[in-house]
Amino acid sequence: MPYSSLSDIQNRLNSGETTAVKVAQLYLDRIAAFNDTLNAFVHIDPAHVLAQAEASDRYRAEHDARPLEGLPIAVKDIFCTQDGPTQCCSNILKDFHAPYDAEVITKLKEAGAVLVGKTNMDEFAMGSSTETSAFGVCRNPWDTDCIPGGSSGGSASAVAAALTPAALGTDTGGSIRQPAALTGITGLKPTYGRVSRRGIIAFASSLDQAGPMTRTVKDSAMITAAISGHDPRDATSVADAPAIDWLAACESRDMKGLKIGKPKEYFVDGMDAEVRASVEAALKKCEELGAEIIDISLPNTEHAVAAYYVIAPSEASANLSRYDGVRFGHRCENPEDLLDMYTRSRDEGFGSEVKRRILTGAFALSSGYYDAYYLKAQQVRTLIQQDFIQAFEQVDVIATPTSPIPAFRLGEKTDDPLTMYLSDIFTIAVNLAGLPGLSQPCGFANNLPVGLQWIGAAWREDTVLSAAAAYEGATHWTTRSPAAFGGES
Amino acid sequence: MEIDVRKVAMLSRIRLTDEEAAELGPQLSSILGYVEQLSKVDTDGVAPTAHPHDAAMPLRANIVTNSNRRDELQAPAPKTESGLYVVPKVIE
Repeated sequence: MPYSSLSDIQNRLNSGETTAVKVAQLYLDRIAAFNDTLNAFVHIDPAHVLAQAEASDRYRAEHDARPLEGLPIAVKDIFCTQDGPTQCCSNILKDFHAPYDAEVITKLKEAGAVLVGKTNMDEFAMGSSTETSAFGVCRNPWDTDCIPGGSSGGSASAVAAALTPAALGTDTGGSIRQPAALTGITGLKPTYGRVSRRGIIAFASSLDQAGPMTRTVKDSAMITAAISGHDPRDATSVADAPAIDWLAACESRDMKGLKIGKPKEYFVDGMDAEVRASVEAALKKCEELGAEIIDISLPNTEHAVAAYYVIAPSEASANLSRYDGVRFGHRCENPEDLLDMYTRSRDEGFGSEVKRRILTGAFALSSGYYDAYYLKAQQVRTLIQQDFIQAFEQVDVIATPTSPIPAFRLGEKTDDPLTMYLSDIFTIAVNLAGLPGLSQPCGFANNLPVGLQWIGAAWREDTVLSAAAAYEGATHWTTRSPAAFGGES
Repeated sequence: MEIDVRKVAMLSRIRLTDEEAAELGPQLSSILGYVEQLSKVDTDGVAPTAHPHDAAMPLRANIVTNSNRRDELQAPAPKTESGLYVVPKVIE
């Protein structure tokens, strides 16, 4: 039961075989048993979880069930929620209580979901391992000496160990897909503008997008269907986004006629041999299912990490200027004057990775350097985007590894920031181009999960979901779960 | 590339200890050294990306949609008085 998919739980709730309260209690018991080991959750209020589940059972007794009725969903600590603290795993937001719900939280509540708690993350989503969290590192249930990926590592770890059947994450440079890959679950980053960003604590506004982290492809579709849609109060939410049938897309059981692009830049020397072998085997499977594999090139991909580490820190340095000790967040003791208050509050509140990125961004935007760094990076971004547009004239969807390596050991990459940045080499271009991307499990390397990444044209999450659902139906990877946490391995 | 970490820290309004400044200098140089590869890309005549989908900034009807929630919105502030944010003296 704990490793059931969201849609299995939904079926059992619909048939009356179980209740939202029983389901909530099951996961609360697992959180109580395992969270000390994993540190996947940074806030949990069992009484509040059970109250929501009771309300859902009452609603179901009197009305037709809503799309996510009674289903437990955890959310990353980056989503503003009126209930409980919203801290973005940063000391500068310690004990912050948001005065409003993020739009996606409102939508989850309206869909009948039971919100389980707040999950661990890299501070302000800046990291690829969840090691920069101010509230302690999070661990990978497949090997607790390893990181769960990041920045949505808490959501990934919680789903992978069945402390919740599903969670929300956010993805700025791979922060949903990379941890999903490293923990053997499914994660979807929707097209930029598909999901409202209002009430999601901003990191890099032109890249950030929220999405689901789940056990199956259909579960990801169910959640995205509920949280997507135009939000007039988010100027970056796109008003005329093409509508798609999220659930119908997941009915696909074959790939007849599907053209899958295989970009040579994503199969390179230096990547883990077992990761490469798993993804190559997955593409063979797709051929068996009727797909045609077409070799393509995305030549500007090699500059994606460089462009990203100008654009994302630049936007972050502007977004994080709001933490000034005036309207919310940490203020230092006994400031001498205004400048002392700003500089000391920010020094005390921000961790070292956040400072590194703010300083990098402030430098790239500073007088005399703007054209050479920020403007240049935005031009290169256009070239990266054009590569994809050209590729999608030839193919329906693109398949790549999600990460060049499986989960690494805690502390292995913390000394050199650049090495850590390069672990996102296969996910970053998707954010720069604003495209949808999904990671799903496709094998193991050194007994750790490997992720297969699907990249779609803008607004074509349906193509991505169809391909992923067909692959999932023909393989058994989603049924694997970590034995140390009561799974079947 | 040499970077004046103190100057960038002041632009960012972050106080750095001597140890932090000594550590961040080489790290920023290493990151910006990597980013330097962008200068080799031919971008003549390429428009910089302004929005991933080239969407224009939307306008909404000019009507009030938010209610007065001053007390709730000020509740997380470190220090307020009579509905105002209290900060150290600004003008000498």
